[in-house]
Amino acid sequence: MNRSVIEADLCKGCRVCVNSCPNHCLSIGSEINRLGYQYARSTPEKCTACGICFYVCPEPGAITVYKGEAPDVK
Amino acid sequence: MIVKEKPKAFYDTFERKGAGQEVTHYCPGCGHGTAHKLIAELLVELDIQDRTIFLSPVGCSVFAYYYMDTGNIQCAHGRAPAVGTGIRRTHKDAILISYQGDGDLAAIGTAEIIHAANRGENMTVFFINNAIYGMTGGQMAPTTLEGQKTLTTPLGRSSGRDGNPIGMAEVMDAIKAPVYIERVSLSTPGKVLKARKVFKKALENQIDKKGFSFVEVLSPCPINWKMDPVEARSWMQEHLEPLYPVRNFRDGSHLPVPHDDFIPFMKEDEIINLLSSGGAIPDVKASESDLEQRVKIAGFGGQGVLSAGILLANYAIASGYEATWLPSYGPEMRGGKANAGVIFSNRSIGSPVVAEPNVLIALNSPSLTSFENDVEPGGLIMVNSTLVREEVKRDDVDVLYIPASEMARESGVLATANIIMLTIYLKYKGLADTELLRKVLPLSVKRKDAVDLNLKMMEKALAYYDRELA
Ligand SMILES: Cc1ncc(C[n+]2csc(CCOP(=O)(O)OP(=O)(O)O)c2C)c(N)n1
Ligand code: SF4
Ligand code: SF4
Ligand code: SF4
Repeated sequence: MNRSVIEADLCKGCRVCVNSCPNHCLSIGSEINRLGYQYARSTPEKCTACGICFYVCPEPGAITVYKGEAPDVK
Repeated sequence: MIVKEKPKAFYDTFERKGAGQEVTHYCPGCGHGTAHKLIAELLVELDIQDRTIFLSPVGCSVFAYYYMDTGNIQCAHGRAPAVGTGIRRTHKDAILISYQGDGDLAAIGTAEIIHAANRGENMTVFFINNAIYGMTGGQMAPTTLEGQKTLTTPLGRSSGRDGNPIGMAEVMDAIKAPVYIERVSLSTPGKVLKARKVFKKALENQIDKKGFSFVEVLSPCPINWKMDPVEARSWMQEHLEPLYPVRNFRDGSHLPVPHDDFIPFMKEDEIINLLSSGGAIPDVKASESDLEQRVKIAGFGGQGVLSAGILLANYAIASGYEATWLPSYGPEMRGGKANAGVIFSNRSIGSPVVAEPNVLIALNSPSLTSFENDVEPGGLIMVNSTLVREEVKRDDVDVLYIPASEMARESGVLATANIIMLTIYLKYKGLADTELLRKVLPLSVKRKDAVDLNLKMMEKALAYYDRELA
């Protein structure tokens, strides 16, 4: 399944990706990361691997987008 | 399969002080990060990472060198396009990215950006317009909107008080040379993807040597706008984009490559020939004689005071001494006072200022009056007796009266009095080597025909010395 994988400790919780995903795959969770932010999480179900979240995200390494096989993440 | 990941042009870890070696120093939701990501991806896609020199500005993006694995120069505030111009003169194939904020480019750096654009420098400018000074805590920028509250416009910017917002893309469009001018925005996903295309074109233009490409990037600064990152992006659409229309202003990328005005490669002697009348300082061994001459040559502008100084300094270097030359003249090229201080010594020279000369060459009266008392006891004062009627009052110095202007007039060019004085000075001090003088003279005489004349005056001065002073 496609998936946008978010590296918890590289996310600043800005919500820009959440607000941009056309398929509502992203949300901000309640857990706090190492930087002190509540970070974004993704669900794979409706992801089309369009890459939008990747481009709008200001952090270089926070988002990796997989098409097809994606690693298992919580 | 990975379809999108951290672009390879970023370093794996960002080695910087403090927390977070894998995240940027930017505030959450800042547009700089998005702009960096687009650029980093294109560096790989266009295969230019190895030859890119990223010019960091002063502003929040000052630390771009932490992130992108390219060459980098962190430029003084607003000067990136000038720095890029300098690099371009020696690195034809470097890819120059001038990345600048609106305080940097549209305030302190207006001169640099306008003239780099006007020269059509082959570089790509990414102008991050966030309508505020981010790094310093949110002061008004030239781009701040009417009514926008900032630290320095707490009542809101008012055109009457604070001037109007400047559209830099429009300013660029008033200049003939730029090949490509476009304004983009990072407010929505669609516009970010569009921005990527524009960034790409702006870089391709440079790869193809098409000239100056300018991309204005409307970019959020949520922190100083005092909005959350999502709200900041809505505000951009509602307020920033109506004033700063997101569109192409010019696209000349289909035009042929402008002709290449590079200065051709020249050998050293060709350069010397172009800039002077030939001549060169021969390679020499350092002089062993213990000597320090602090020479003040003074007169009116037009008497060749400054060029006599250059000649003396070049001659001293050619004789194996350290030498400095420091001119001082009024705003007027001719007629005003002028003097040159030359120091030469077998030791290294601390300051080029000649405050206490041990040689004064006074070509006119005011010079003698001004500097007579500064001369070190035991020093030498040479007076151009044609123009200086008064006698030297000091009795603790050597004095030579030479009718230099009269001798110069006899041979038709008054302005050669300087050479006469200088030659006699060197001869008097036992420093004259006519062969060497001949070699060095063309370096400080601009016109070829003047070289011969000056050589003739040298001979005349030497003959005078033998006759009258030996
Ligand atoms: C010569 C000089 N003047 C002033 C400053 C202070 N200063 C640092 S950043 C800045 C403005 C930056 O604003 P902008 O170019 O909009 O960049 P941003 O931080 O918003 O990305 C100023 C005035 C400085 N560092 N150097
Ligand atoms: S890749 Fe596209 S669909 Fe998938 S999470 Fe990101 S924005 Fe949503
Ligand atoms: S855009 Fe990037 S930094 Fe912002 S919440 Fe999404 S993943 Fe985190
Ligand atoms: S102050 Fe503004 S421009 Fe600077 S990092 Fe923060 S959000 Fe970005």
